[in-house]
This record gives sequence, C-alpha cells and structure tokens, in this order.
Amino acid sequence: MTCTEFLAILDDVIDESIAAETRTEIETHLKKCGHCEVVLNTTRKTIEIFRCHEIYELPTEVSERLHTKIMDRCKKVR
Amino acid sequence: MSTIQSIAGQNEQHPDVALVERVRAGDIAAYDTLVRKYERQIFRIALHITQNREDAEDVMQDAFLKAYEKLDQFQGNSKFYTWLVRIAVNESLMRLRKRRTGKLVSIDEDLKTEEGSVPRDFADWAPNPEQNYNQSELAEILRKTIQGLPHGFRVVFVLRDVDRLSTEETAEALGLSVPAVKSRLLRARLQLRERLSRYFRRKSAPPTAQEKRS
Ligand SMILES: [Zn+2]
Repeated sequence: MTCTEFLAILDDVIDESIAAETRTEIETHLKKCGHCEVVLNTTRKTIEIFRCHEIYELPTEVSERLHTKIMDRCKKVR
Repeated sequence: MSTIQSIAGQNEQHPDVALVERVRAGDIAAYDTLVRKYERQIFRIALHITQNREDAEDVMQDAFLKAYEKLDQFQGNSKFYTWLVRIAVNESLMRLRKRRTGKLVSIDEDLKTEEGSVPRDFADWAPNPEQNYNQSELAEILRKTIQGLPHGFRVVFVLRDVDRLSTEETAEALGLSVPAVKSRLLRARLQLRERLSRYFRRKSAPPTAQEKRS
C-alpha cells in the first residue's frame, strides 16, 4: 500500500468501515510510515475535539424567543 | 452503538415519529418537545452557514415554523431531523443570498480549488493538546479554524462528524450526491487537521535530565 492509496481510504479507516483483508495492509503501511500514522491520529483527534467542544452555544434568550414565537404561531395555524 | 441503532431502527419506530403524529393530531406541546430536542443543532448549522448570529436566529425561527406548516409533507421514510436540516440549510442559503444582494449562493460554491486535499504538515501533536488552552481560547481556535473553510465543507463536516449523521443522511439533508459528501468530508477533515496542527503540534521541549543521561 502506498501513501496515496492510504489517503484514499482514510475516511473509511476513521469511520471503521474497512474490510478485514485491507486492515492488515493498512497496519503494515502504518508500521513503516510515520507520516500516515500522524495524519491518521491527528485527523481522529481533530474530529474528537470538534465533537466535544461546542463552539456555537445557543444563548438562553435566543431559545426563549424561539419558543415564544413558535407557540404563538402554532396556536394561530391549528 | 451504530449496530444497536440500526437493529432498533428495523424493529421499532424512531421516537420522533410518535411526536410528529401527536403534532399532526393537534398537540402543540409535542412540537415544542421536537423544537427543544433540535434547537441547538439547527442554530449551530445556521450559524456555520450564515456566520451571523442575527441571521442564524432568524433562520432557526423560520425553519421551525416552516417545518410546522409543512409537516403534512413530511414522509416517514426519512428522519425528521434530516428533513428539518434540509429546511434550515435552504433558509440559511436564502439569508446569505439576501446579504450578498441577490448574488447566487449555493452549497456548491467556493469548491473549485483542490487546496488542502493532500496533507503537508506531518508534525505529531502533543498528547491531549486541547488541554493546553482554556475553554474560551480553545473555542476561539476552533471557530477561527472552521470559519476558514468554504461553507459547503463546514456543513458536511458538522453534519457527519459533529451531529453524526450517516453519509446518506448528510447527502439527503444537503441535496448532494453521496460521492460529493465523501470527497468534501475528506477535504474538510484534512484541512481542519492541517490548520489545527499549528496550535496542537508537540513543542520541541529541551531534553529532560533523564533523556540526557541515556
Ligand atoms: Zn504513508
């Protein structure tokens, strides 16, 4: 497996949708290729960090305005 | 977890289905439950596309009102959330178009460049690098990083990796093909990684006494 081939299936590796036979090839490549290993680990970490940290918190007052507006309108429509 | 979900999906209804039925029968409180369940995600998507808090608030209100009015058109064959996201994405793009005084805005724009499809930075990161920053510093770094991406990439990344929709659901919510979602996701992930590397790479610290000895 080459680096380009590895990169082409990087998303599948991350999403863990890889066939068993390809998995061995990947492991062999990662053992001898530090670059791809770093790319894999840091891409995983990138996803994890964005998952665990909310960067656009919904302010309480925005939420309250939403509910007031929705309830007002729903009562009119139905 | 995904296995459990898909097994559950085959045998029982998604809990939203029952809520939608109740709303259709005139139960307004059931709609409020749906709104509370998804308001954070919808606000987030709207903000990622519009990059403007007032617009995101308007988009969120309009999307939930529109979904309520069009609820009869909602087919049970897609998830309520996917359907809702599609409405919110369209509202967001319309809002963007208004801001840019009628200039055509689509989810496909700004994607001509192949930039960022190949990694260039191979520096390893520090262990748990996010812990070197406090909450507000980290949020600022993450915002700056993701704002640098075209909105068509941002939305795919947020739906797939943060909201954990499947590739198929993301494609449906955005009106894109599955291959388009896949290629955007890869490039979004790689570009974010590349940009974050500047903050998170392992600093070359002076060798410790123990390392000097060995
Ligand atoms: Zn490699």
